Amino acid sequence: MSQAPRQGEQPPEGRGPADERRGAAALLETYHRLAPVTVPLYALLLALLVGAGVMLIAGANPFEAYGALFAGAFGNPERLVRTLVRSTPYVVAGIAVALAYRAGLFNIGVEGQLLIGGLTGVWVGTMSALAGTPAVLYVPLVLLAGALGGALWAGIPGVLKARTGAHEVIVTIMLNAIALRMVDWVVTSREPKILLDPDASTPRTPDIVPAGQLPDLVPGTAIPVGLLLAVAIAAGAWYLVSRSTLGFQIRTVGTNPSAARYAGMSVPRIIIVSMLISGAVAGIGGIIAVNAGDSAHLTPGLLRNVGFDGIAIALIARGNPLAVIPAALLWGSLLSGAPLMQVQADLSIDLVRVVQASVILFVAGDMIVRTLFRIRPERGAGGSPTPAATGWGAQT
Amino acid sequence: MAQDTAPPRAEEHEPEVAVDTARGGLTGLSRLEIIGGLYLLVGVALAWLGVGLPADAIALQFGVGEIAPSLDLNPAVSVPVLAGLIAASGLVGILDRRLPRLAVPALVAGTVLVVPLVLIATLSQSGVPQTNVITLLGESLRLATPIALGALAGLFCERAGIINIGIEGMMLAGAGIGFVFYGLVGQAAGGWPLYAAVVVAVATGAMMAALHALMTITFRVDQIVSGVAINLLAIGITSFLRRQVIIPEGLGGGVTLPTIDLPGLSSLPVLGQLFTGRPIFLSMFVIFVLVQVTLFRSAWGLRVRSVGENAHASETLGIDVVKTRYQAVIIGGMLAGLGGAWFSLETVGTFDDVMTNGKGFIALAALIFGKWRPWPAFGGAVLFGFSEAFGARLQLLGAEVAGYPIPAQFLQSLPFVVTIIVLAGAIGRAVPPANVGKPYERSR
Amino acid sequence: MVEAAPAARRPVVLEARGITKRFPGVVANDGIDFALREGEIHCLLGENGAGKSTLVNVVFGLYEADEGELLVRGEPARFRSSADAIAAGIGMVHQPFQLIPVLTVWENVVLGAELTRGPLLDRAAARERVAELSERYGLAVDPDARTGDLSVGAQQRVELLKALYREADILILDEPTAVLTPQEVDGFFEVVRSLLDRGISIVFITHKLREVLAVADEITVLRGGRVAGAADPATATQASLAGLMVGREVVFGVDKSPASPGEVVLATEGLTVTDERGVAMVRGLDLEVRAGEILGIAGVEGNGQRELVEALTGIRQPLSGRITISGRDMTRATPRRIADAGVGHVPEDRGKDGLVASYPLDDNLVLNGYHRQPFSRRFVMRRGPIREHAERLIADYDVRTPSAAVPAGTLSGGNQQKLVIARELSRDLDLLVVAQPTRGLDVGSIEFIHRQLVAKRDAGVAVLLVSAELDEILNLADRIGVLYRGRFADVVDRTEATRESLGLLMAGARTTEEVA
Ligand SMILES: Nc1ncnc2c1ncn2[C@@H]1O[C@H](COP(=O)(O)OP(=O)(O)O)[C@@H](O)[C@H]1O
Ligand SMILES: [Mg+2]
Repeated sequence: MSQAPRQGEQPPEGRGPADERRGAAALLETYHRLAPVTVPLYALLLALLVGAGVMLIAGANPFEAYGALFAGAFGNPERLVRTLVRSTPYVVAGIAVALAYRAGLFNIGVEGQLLIGGLTGVWVGTMSALAGTPAVLYVPLVLLAGALGGALWAGIPGVLKARTGAHEVIVTIMLNAIALRMVDWVVTSREPKILLDPDASTPRTPDIVPAGQLPDLVPGTAIPVGLLLAVAIAAGAWYLVSRSTLGFQIRTVGTNPSAARYAGMSVPRIIIVSMLISGAVAGIGGIIAVNAGDSAHLTPGLLRNVGFDGIAIALIARGNPLAVIPAALLWGSLLSGAPLMQVQADLSIDLVRVVQASVILFVAGDMIVRTLFRIRPERGAGGSPTPAATGWGAQT
Repeated sequence: MAQDTAPPRAEEHEPEVAVDTARGGLTGLSRLEIIGGLYLLVGVALAWLGVGLPADAIALQFGVGEIAPSLDLNPAVSVPVLAGLIAASGLVGILDRRLPRLAVPALVAGTVLVVPLVLIATLSQSGVPQTNVITLLGESLRLATPIALGALAGLFCERAGIINIGIEGMMLAGAGIGFVFYGLVGQAAGGWPLYAAVVVAVATGAMMAALHALMTITFRVDQIVSGVAINLLAIGITSFLRRQVIIPEGLGGGVTLPTIDLPGLSSLPVLGQLFTGRPIFLSMFVIFVLVQVTLFRSAWGLRVRSVGENAHASETLGIDVVKTRYQAVIIGGMLAGLGGAWFSLETVGTFDDVMTNGKGFIALAALIFGKWRPWPAFGGAVLFGFSEAFGARLQLLGAEVAGYPIPAQFLQSLPFVVTIIVLAGAIGRAVPPANVGKPYERSR
Repeated sequence: MVEAAPAARRPVVLEARGITKRFPGVVANDGIDFALREGEIHCLLGENGAGKSTLVNVVFGLYEADEGELLVRGEPARFRSSADAIAAGIGMVHQPFQLIPVLTVWENVVLGAELTRGPLLDRAAARERVAELSERYGLAVDPDARTGDLSVGAQQRVELLKALYREADILILDEPTAVLTPQEVDGFFEVVRSLLDRGISIVFITHKLREVLAVADEITVLRGGRVAGAADPATATQASLAGLMVGREVVFGVDKSPASPGEVVLATEGLTVTDERGVAMVRGLDLEVRAGEILGIAGVEGNGQRELVEALTGIRQPLSGRITISGRDMTRATPRRIADAGVGHVPEDRGKDGLVASYPLDDNLVLNGYHRQPFSRRFVMRRGPIREHAERLIADYDVRTPSAAVPAGTLSGGNQQKLVIARELSRDLDLLVVAQPTRGLDVGSIEFIHRQLVAKRDAGVAVLLVSAELDEILNLADRIGVLYRGRFADVVDRTEATRESLGLLMAGARTTEEVA
């Protein structure tokens, strides 16, 4: 071809120093290749620095505060378990966001889907008609109910996006608001009484009957089986996305819907299916969150921000379901360690929110991290891998 | 080259047919036909239900005092009439092929009629079957203030091509930091620190917006992701400050911005109430006019819009895309900050966690509802304000359905449902600025 | 290379010295020297990717050169943005146009150099000025029209007005004729000449040899980012210019034997297709393509070609009419069903519709076949067969790539297109629908792709070729249908078609009744 001279040939190199250079170059290459791992780590580091800055302004000693935070999260087996339990809903919420994200959908609605899933699960779990059902049946039934509830709530934006082009971000924001109010009504309304537990001191639903509650993983350890379930969901989601034909379609629709359509994939179908799966996962997450410790009931504020945190976690994991697990652990440990930090360093627990927001900013703004740490930008498609901001407003 | 040698592009000669009228999808029906059918059904159903309403007259008062006109209506008649009109608008929608110019206005009118219908129907179920419409309107406008300001904030950003779902965070930061300043400098006791605090709130909004601009314009972070981060950051910073500063210092319950009577206007007979209000509320109207003029009549506004539509074309004309976008986003942030001040400095006189309570998101909905135009967006904001005002009024009126009080949560949810319907393209099509969401990289 | 132009002539108004511009992986301009003389037309000739646009973008201040300098009227100039270039009296009509469709004509024209009264736009003055300019230069256009509603020709007039409004005396025209019919090109040249008479100097970019010889005062040929040579319009021939442009002897035309058409494979009856705004772009079209023939669809872009192709391949639902493929009704079939019926589709916009840029080549090669054996079993993808398939096609279709695992987006345009061609042509086909198969490609890839299309025809496949390049149609087609406003102006046998006759048909002149 006539373009040959422009293909940027390697100049011939001599021996000796060149080998050394090649060794250094290989190291550098490894450095660049590790970017998917190192960039989030650097981002975390920068976010912790921002947090330290805030601590200094507030007159606290960052080392002390972070020490307390760490001890609060991992200091003894009991705290470790609490951290794990705390992280579990985030794993599931993160996967729910990540799955939709791979299909090019920004599911801000996980917040509402968790709530609705939790609600339908508690509803089935407290149904008097089902009393006496054995646990082997009842637990899956409750999970199924949660999954269906979440899927329904995610299906609405899915169908609207697929059929009318309404942007899922706005629709899910609206549905979050509606879910919050609906659950608030169902859980607090006295007249008519729907799911309110009349004997409880604060507005909440009754507990799911024991046969419907998630059992402990190892009896007596207070580690619920939800943890195992979350890991299984992560593994399943990973397999679905990266190995199955459905996953291939989801990824194609997510990166280039136009090419997907030309290749004979049904983009509307994939959008709807992805949202349904995402919502079902979120619904299960709602059940897992409801089954916290000894209790298994829903309060209006129980799932507050879990869905939004799921977004952050999915972003840190860059949509990879397996990477969601460590990211969610980070989240859970920050939150479960914060109370000790508050006591020991006299810093409000809300500080970890600042750290968390900075983590997202630095992870999403990986150009900042890459510039600071001299990691070369991603090759290929270029730009941000998030297709979220495309198709804003209504379009087909 | 003369006009007659123009290339033969079909569209130049064909009348343009709106997408709404194109048959498509599975049903082979046009969008307007589907929506029209829906309205027809709903209208007929409501009319049928309305006939069963109690025939005791309800009173709609316009203003207070002797001269205030009052409208006595029989719900069993007026509700079916309104419902019939809604059904009629649906019919026009169905016939859009015959009445192409009428369908959309008719459906819009049909939608607006839902407001008086709900009002009358609810009053008829209430123990106190009368209400002051002007007060309700005034309250709706007042509650619409942060939504409207937030929508304008979004308008500036999105017209310049930057999606802003961080309006909520910008408002919250404005509310929180503005109040912290007010508390620390003026002990929340009024006086000049109160006004300075409003300026601080505006500046805080600007700074949050500058961060959003930095992330999205300079570092080309996905604009929605950056917005999410802005919201989280605002929650973190403000609740941190609240527990670290506001609570320990015992700030709160302070003096808010005073009520102002607009000379002359506020003493008008029926409408006078509408011209009495607090400064941020009143300034909202001025700001709307200013925004409209700036965006659509000034040279800078033309540039903002061009940058949002086609950044590269603007660049080839020597326009500094980056600078223009920064300016627009930051001005947007200032408006959001002012909207935040409405909560802490104008309305409550204290700061609570997440006190903006999702209004920033509703503002975004109002913006899209208004299809990225100032006045329709204002209409959307007032609609949301109305549903909130009406929800509050409902508690007072004690309206009941089937023996139970109407849950406030239902009324509060209504605007969200309406937004979803609008978003689904029920009435016309929302076309965002063409370059919105697209990161811009300067050619170099 | 011999400098053919006479020595002392008019003064040089614009000079580029040793311009070098690198993009990641490509040296787009490599030490280019170029000089434009006052009141002359200087043609920049070169095939796609030669670096013409890059050079003028550097001149216009959009790109910053890595090396080299610019002189405007003898003075060194450093442009930090196009604002500086505009201030120096340079105007440019870009490829593609840089207009804002939702704004009116006058808004587009004044944008960036607005006439104001205080802080507000002076609309009346702006309208008046635009009307006056369009009168003076014979560029008829309504100042209040919405720019997006205008025809391509009218949009081009708006682009010219933008430059003239800014009082440019150096005008750069980047491939202005690519969007015009042959007759319109003649009209356009008249406008260009009248601009010269008013003392404006013009850089005219094209890759069409005929045009160069028609208008140029001076010719510079670029190849692979370098100046391949200069030529004197008085003595140059199309063959000599083509040699300079491509760097070797070019064969005009493709060797092919006469077609031996068989059964009708594709037929449409009364096909009407609307675009996304609901405007009918294909209007009651009847056509037939037989096995073993290439039907070329010519026409100015925007006369329904895109909608026709999309309807035939199931991407767009037709409003009415019938599509029959190999005897089966496919009017409302999905793209998947049509593809499975033995229809290959090479879409117009390969980057957007044909490929997923971030996917490796092997995934791209099963983009529409992943669901079939052996690439997947049940619901699971199988890497091994996918990789083997890719390696075979990469070899067969001469795709130049380091491996099958690199993202498709890293390949050159020619190799990306070969990838799409490989995927579509390697299937068992009855019908092949190709749109603009060689747009923006280098001559080597063009020749390769043309040979592949003819080979498919000879193997008995029915081929529908849509192209905006008349030369491509004339080279490949056995029959030619000219689309004009969604209908055939005529369908003629290749042997009866000439550039001129097709040009007239493209402009809407109807010779015989529709017979397809
Ligand atoms: N903005 C850009 N980024 C990267 N590569 C580019 C860019 N613009 C042009 N190129 C590359 O530079 C070369 C010359 O392109 P161009 O100047 O557009 O050629 P021409 O206008 O002669 O067709 C091509 O290989 C093209 O891919
Ligand atoms: Mg070019």
